[in-house]
Amino acid sequence: MGDADRLAEFSPLSAISGGAVIGLAASLCALLLGRVAGVSGILAGLAPPRRGDLVWRLAFVAGLFAAPAAFALAHPLQQPEFRAGAATLILAGGLVGFGSRLGSGCTSGHGVCGLSRLSLRSAAATATFMATGLLTVFFIRHILR
Amino acid sequence: MKMQKGHLLPAFALGLLFGLGLCLSGMTQPLKVQGFLDVAGLWDPSLAFVMGGAVGVGLIGFRLARKPAARSMLGEPFRFPAESGVDAPLLIGSAIFGVAGVFRGLPRPRDRQSGSFQ
Repeated sequence: MGDADRLAEFSPLSAISGGAVIGLAASLCALLLGRVAGVSGILAGLAPPRRGDLVWRLAFVAGLFAAPAAFALAHPLQQPEFRAGAATLILAGGLVGFGSRLGSGCTSGHGVCGLSRLSLRSAAATATFMATGLLTVFFIRHILR
Repeated sequence: MKMQKGHLLPAFALGLLFGLGLCLSGMTQPLKVQGFLDVAGLWDPSLAFVMGGAVGVGLIGFRLARKPAARSMLGEPFRFPAESGVDAPLLIGSAIFGVAGVFRGLPRPRDRQSGSFQ
């Protein structure tokens, strides 16, 4: 897929409504379960598993994993396109996990829930990972190439 | 306070709803995220719209959840992270997360040679 195709795909309506659904899920998680819907945090709480704290985490993750199949029933869903090799993906995945734990959150916890709570910590975290992501993409796409 | 067995269904539904939002937003596609971060290339503003929609709704939801009512609608205590200030682990961890997160879309050398990653 070239850049022109990707640009043609830009759909502000599905982006903003998808975002609103994410925000609704995060809000309901807070209102119903009293929890922040931070995906890295929910996953991290599974290891080691603690009694009485396991079921909701597993159920949330199961729902998350079921979503693409459910979505595809109603609407064609483009397969995620991973361009990295297996070794890069494994290393990057490990660092994503390490970084999000050290930083107490990822895009969902800091970016969605934290900003919605007007948390200064989350604003700083979001600005930081956006900035380093931006620099990394700039380096890969415009310097290394 | 233990999470009751009855939370299995709501938690599953919440994960499902969250995931459906992700699918609809297009953010399951690593290249869409990269397109937003590529400000020097063909910039794809989608992620800003996703964040706008999510935080717009989230601001209302979390405001409702901030009421002094001690418990959530399913009877759980509110367990939100404390605002403990910006510290080094937060910034270093987030910096690593930002770098590693975009590597999912890193081109293989083969793609780079064939010029498919322009």
